[in-house]
Amino acid sequence: MLVTRRGNRREIAALDYAAMSVGLRKGMPVSKAQAMIKSLHVADLDAAGDREAINRLALWALQRFSPLVAADHPDGIVMDIAGADHLHGGEEMVLEKILSQFKAADLLGKAALADTWGQAHALARYHKHPAVLVEPGQGATVIQDLPLTALRLPAAIVTALRGLGFETIKDLTAAPRATLTLRFGPEIGRRIDQALGIVGEPIEPVELPEVIEVARPFGEPIGAADTIARYIAQLVERLVGDLERKGLGAKRVDLLAYRVDNTTTTVRVGTALPIRDTKRLTRLLTDKIETIDPGFGIEQLRLRAVQAEPLDPAQLINSLVDGDDQDVSALIDLLSNRMGQGALYRFAPVASDIPERSFQKVAPLSLETVSEWPSKWPRPTRLLPYPEPIDTMALLPDHPPVWFTWRGVRRRIKAADGPERIFGEWWKTDAEISAVRDYFRVEDEAGERYWIYRAGDGEDPNTGSHKWYLHGVFG
Amino acid sequence: MDNAVIADLREKIGRLEGRPASQRAVLPFGVDVIDRHLPGGGLALGALHEVAGGGNGAIDGAAAALFAAGIVARTKGKVLWCVTRQDLFAPAIAQVGLGANRVIYVEAGDERSVLEAFEEGMRYGGLGGIVAEVAKLTMTASRRLQLAAETSGAVGIAIRRWRRQTEAADFGQPTAAVTRWRVSTLPSRPLPVPGVGRGRWQVELIRCRGAEAADFEVEACDGTGRISLFSDLPDRPLSTRSRKRSAVG
Repeated sequence: MLVTRRGNRREIAALDYAAMSVGLRKGMPVSKAQAMIKSLHVADLDAAGDREAINRLALWALQRFSPLVAADHPDGIVMDIAGADHLHGGEEMVLEKILSQFKAADLLGKAALADTWGQAHALARYHKHPAVLVEPGQGATVIQDLPLTALRLPAAIVTALRGLGFETIKDLTAAPRATLTLRFGPEIGRRIDQALGIVGEPIEPVELPEVIEVARPFGEPIGAADTIARYIAQLVERLVGDLERKGLGAKRVDLLAYRVDNTTTTVRVGTALPIRDTKRLTRLLTDKIETIDPGFGIEQLRLRAVQAEPLDPAQLINSLVDGDDQDVSALIDLLSNRMGQGALYRFAPVASDIPERSFQKVAPLSLETVSEWPSKWPRPTRLLPYPEPIDTMALLPDHPPVWFTWRGVRRRIKAADGPERIFGEWWKTDAEISAVRDYFRVEDEAGERYWIYRAGDGEDPNTGSHKWYLHGVFG
Repeated sequence: MDNAVIADLREKIGRLEGRPASQRAVLPFGVDVIDRHLPGGGLALGALHEVAGGGNGAIDGAAAALFAAGIVARTKGKVLWCVTRQDLFAPAIAQVGLGANRVIYVEAGDERSVLEAFEEGMRYGGLGGIVAEVAKLTMTASRRLQLAAETSGAVGIAIRRWRRQTEAADFGQPTAAVTRWRVSTLPSRPLPVPGVGRGRWQVELIRCRGAEAADFEVEACDGTGRISLFSDLPDRPLSTRSRKRSAVG
C-alpha cells in the first residue's frame, strides 16, 4: 500500500489486490486503514519515480506496439495503433499481445481499444473486463454507464457533481450543457466532447533518445500518392546512409506524416531480420501508402528507425557460394507487413505421438530444425481440425470397421491397416493417464482412404468411450 | 518450305512475345509416358499449373495436394504454400520429400489475400515453387499469375478446391494456366495379405498448351515426390489393362 499526503491528512494513494480484498479503498485515511488491518505494509508514494517509470514504459511500448505512444499520467499510457495493427494481425491481436507482454514483464494491467483517447481511458480503468475492444462507432454508447470519474475531470468537480446527484456519464450527457458550463466552467463539456470524438485530442508522443531519424518539411503541403512515394524514397536513402555509418540495420521503421490540421498519420513496417536495403525498405513503405490519408496536405514527413540492430556490412553474393537456397526474407517481410506476422510460419516437428500435437508453428526464418517426423507410418494429407464422430460397425477388440458413415455418406471398407495404438500423454493431464486411441487406415470401394480411430482399446472401458472418429483424409 | 524457315519464324515470334520458347526449362516427372506427352519433355517451369481433385477430392483436395507437393519437392529452394485456412498435415507433406524446413506457409484468411500472396511469391524469383489453394481463379487473375511466373521462372501450382461438389463445375472455365490436371484416387491393388496397398491415382491432363489431353494411371508419390507407373508384377489383375489410354497399355 502506498500513501500520500493531502494537506494534513495521510491517505491511501495506491494499493494491491490483497489490500483491496480486505476492504481498503483509495482515498481512505491511513490511520483508519491501520486500525482495520494490523500488519499493514505502508510506503510513501514516490510520484516523481512513478512518472519516470511510466515514461520508461511508454518508450518500451513505442518500440514494440505503435509509433505514437504517450504517457497518460499518473497511471497509464496511451497509444495510437492505427498505423501498426497490421503488423500484429489485427486489433484484437494487438490487445492480446500488449497484455501478454506486460504480464511477461510482471506487470498487471488493463487495456482497452476504442475510437478516442477518452473512451479508451475510461474503459481501461472502469470496465470490469481487463481487455476491452470496442467496435468503431460503438464507443459512445459503451461508456455511458461508467462512473463520472472515468471522464478525467478534476476531483473537485466530480465531488461537486456527485453532490448534485450525477452518478454516471449518461446522467451528465443527458443534462443541458449550458447550466453545467455556467457552474463548473468549460472543462466538463470539453472532456465529454473528447470522449465522444466530437473534438480531436492529439497525442503528444514520447520520443526515443538517440533514435536514428530523418525528416523532410515541405513549404507547400503535399498530398498526391506519387509525391509521397517520391519523398519516401528520398528519406529512406538518407536513413539507410545514417544506419550504414553506425553499422546498424533497421527492424522497425516508422513513417510519420504530419498533416496541416495538426494530426499525425503513421505507418509502421517491420522486418524479420535487420535490413539496410534502400529498395526493400522503400517497397515496404510504399506498399502501405494507401493507408496514409493526406487530408488537406502533409507538411512534414519523418522516418525513424525505432528498432535497430547491429548489422555487418553486406557481403555480395559470390558465384562460388552455392546458390540453391536463395534468401527469401524480402518476400517474407513484404507478406507479413500485409497480413500480419502470425500469418506466415513453418511447421516444426514436436516429439509427440498424438497427431494434433506433433507439429508446432515456428517463425518462417527461424533456425532449421534437424529432427523430422517419423516416417514409418503413412500420415493423412489433410487433418481435420477436430476428429469427427462416425457411425461404424466393427468387431471388438481390434478389428477395423466393416463400414462407416461420415457426413451422411455410408462407405464400405475394402482394406484396412491397423491398429496403430497411441497412448495418452499422462504427463500433460491426469485425464490422459489411461487414454488410448487405435488408429486404422482404411480404404473404401472407390479407393478413397481415411484415417479413423477408436477411442479406447476395445476391452477396457477406462481407456476411452469406444466411439469411432474420423481424423484425416489421405491423398 | 523447309523446317529451318519455320523454326526461324517460331523463334522470331517467340522473341516478339517476350518468351524464349526454345529455352523454356521443364521439370520432368521421371515417367517416360507422361514426359513424352508433355511439350519440352516435362512440366514447364516459369508457368502456372492447375490441379484439382476428382470426386470427393474436389472438396478435400488431399490427392491434389500430394501431387503438387511431389512436384515442388523436386525443385530447389524454398516453397511458399498459401492457404485460406490451414488443414494440411505437415508430416504427410514431409513423406513425399518436402521437408518441414522447406515449406513456408501463408495462412491468408481469405481468397483475395491468398491470390495476392500467390502472385507476390510468383514474382519474387527466389523460390522453388509456389502452391496456393484457391476455389475461384478468374481469367484475369490467372493471366497475372502466369505473367509473374514467366518473369521469375518459378513453378506455380494452383490447387483448385471447392466447398461444395456443385461448385466444382467451375473447373470447366478457361484460365491462363499452361496445364490443367485432375487427380483422383483409384482403388489400390489388393495385397496377398490383409492391408492397404500403395495409393494409386488417375492423373488426367485435361488441358495443356501445345499438347493433347490424356490420362494416366500412376502410383502415388514416393518418398522423393516421384510418381511411377505400376510395377509390372506377374499377379497384376487384368482390370488395370482395361483403360484405353492408360499409361500401362
